[in-house]
Amino acid sequence: MPELIKAIEPFRFYTRLHLSELTGLRASNLSQLLSLVKQVPGSCIYHHTHKFLQQHQYLSPEPPNDFAYWVSKVLGEEELGERLASIDTVQFSTIRLLRDKIAATIENYLKNNLSSKLKFAVEDGEFHFIKSVSFVLPTNYIAYDLREFADVVKNITIDSIYFHIFESRLRLEKKTNDFSNWIETSIGDKELSDKISRLDPYTYTLEDLRKTIIKIVEQKLRD
Amino acid sequence: MANIEEYIPIVGQPIIDDLRLLAEKLKGKVIQQVNSTAVGGGVAEILSRMVPLLKELGIDTRWDVIKGGEQFFEVTKKIHNALHGRPEEITQQDFDIFMETSQKNIEALDIYGDIVFVHDPQPIALIKKRSGNKWIWRCHIDVSNPNQRVWGFLENFMTNYDSAVFSSPGFSQRLPIRQFLISPSIDPLSDKNRELPQEIIDSVLRKYNIKKDKPIITQISRFDRLKDPVGVIEAYKQVKKYFDCQLILAGGSAADDPESGHVLEEVKTRSGHDKDIHILLLPQDDIVVNALQRASDVIVQKSLKEGFGLTVAEALWKAKPVVASNVGGIPLQIKHKYSGLLCHSIDGASFAIKQFLANPGYAKKLGENGREHIRNNFLIMRHIREYMLLFLSLYHREDIIYL
Repeated sequence: MPELIKAIEPFRFYTRLHLSELTGLRASNLSQLLSLVKQVPGSCIYHHTHKFLQQHQYLSPEPPNDFAYWVSKVLGEEELGERLASIDTVQFSTIRLLRDKIAATIENYLKNNLSSKLKFAVEDGEFHFIKSVSFVLPTNYIAYDLREFADVVKNITIDSIYFHIFESRLRLEKKTNDFSNWIETSIGDKELSDKISRLDPYTYTLEDLRKTIIKIVEQKLRD
Repeated sequence: MANIEEYIPIVGQPIIDDLRLLAEKLKGKVIQQVNSTAVGGGVAEILSRMVPLLKELGIDTRWDVIKGGEQFFEVTKKIHNALHGRPEEITQQDFDIFMETSQKNIEALDIYGDIVFVHDPQPIALIKKRSGNKWIWRCHIDVSNPNQRVWGFLENFMTNYDSAVFSSPGFSQRLPIRQFLISPSIDPLSDKNRELPQEIIDSVLRKYNIKKDKPIITQISRFDRLKDPVGVIEAYKQVKKYFDCQLILAGGSAADDPESGHVLEEVKTRSGHDKDIHILLLPQDDIVVNALQRASDVIVQKSLKEGFGLTVAEALWKAKPVVASNVGGIPLQIKHKYSGLLCHSIDGASFAIKQFLANPGYAKKLGENGREHIRNNFLIMRHIREYMLLFLSLYHREDIIYL
């Protein structure tokens, strides 16, 4: 068995815990939704496109963003709902770009479906804009090689996995996820790094994502 | 009472590790919780579990209860109902009574917390005693459509707090202070929620003379009009035409709710002489509630308004099929047809109950989904974590905070 490569820099696992901050802003039709999507803080867009990941860790009964859910289930605009649900979030490197895409999707739909402007949410069915406030803190878990890395990933909270895969890439604008970055720069394994960065994490539940990462790394360790 | 370590098999070691990390950041701060009753109702129940667990994590947390007479609690009940949007005649004299008792509490209560955490409207005026410390107002009530006069009265106090906390996004109003969304929680190891041996469940049924010979539909709640116990009887009567079943309406009374006696009488009258309707005015006995929930085939929460509806979380934690109104915090707990069935009316409730009774496999699946949803989102460990984050947020304004 070949000797394990020691990392140039160890991987320190962080965790991200969050609070939902209410804004008091609400939309009851598509025009209001569009207008608010354009002006709310980026932390609101982030919240409504990522909340589902942490709420449904094992099985997700909802589309991957709150806008899609509300548009389909409350306004009954299934087609727009599908377009919003299928926005490929992983392709966007900043919240600003993701926001632009959501706004453009709603705007284009409204241009071709004027009657959709007349649909209003029932009472108590308005879309409430919520902001995500993140608290980032270091955990006591550190990995010096891939074996330790896999062992820690098996045991850390899904909040930690979430932070390194989703938040650091999109919200902190690091371009790739932290795991891939460390594996490439500190372990020197570009192939393994690419394998993880090629995953579309938005299509997994967090528990499935954990299992998938462990599987990829353990396969590498066996090879 | 369970200690922190005992939660590890339920939520996992890393969740507890995170709590310890956060607690470190709050070392040296004194948290003072204030509410209006030590026993009865959801707030006292949560605090009685939360305070010892926060202490165990090393956070100096204490709990004070304000004092008030019968008149004061009659007024606060009116305020409570008005915030829920019920038409209430509130006079200037009522506001005067509220302020008079508040003033006595302001004078009598020692404010020593670095963070003062005030629950619900009854103690809200304590903010007048604010000095250099931080203040949070925690609203446990459904204020999606409040009486504007009463809301305006409370807003004068609310806006002097640092932050407010609500249980559902629909309760948030435009306010000049920060507002957070924090759902309440249940404690899986409390007497109300822990696993029970079958013998205890059977003995509770025997005690209340309930036979397990036909399906049991249950609503657990205080006898309060907003919980619509009469509506539950109506729904049961519709179901009874097709399924030979029985109904349990069980609940206690809270020290700060003077209205419950009248509602109980109404419920008794409406139930007539139906021997399959069991109306139980329970003393504070969590094991009994636990046993009744576990003995039930369907659990109902047909509230007209609901701050959160902890009984829904309790029932789902026991993997029970739940039929509940689409109000307040209930839709956060139940995704329709995934982790329970939501309803908007008596007819809707009876239809949903019939669906469960006719399809036990479907009922079982939704109950199981519900249990996992509660495990991920509504257990006390998540709640403690969010309260600690809330305390830390008082010292940080940014959206991304590095601790």
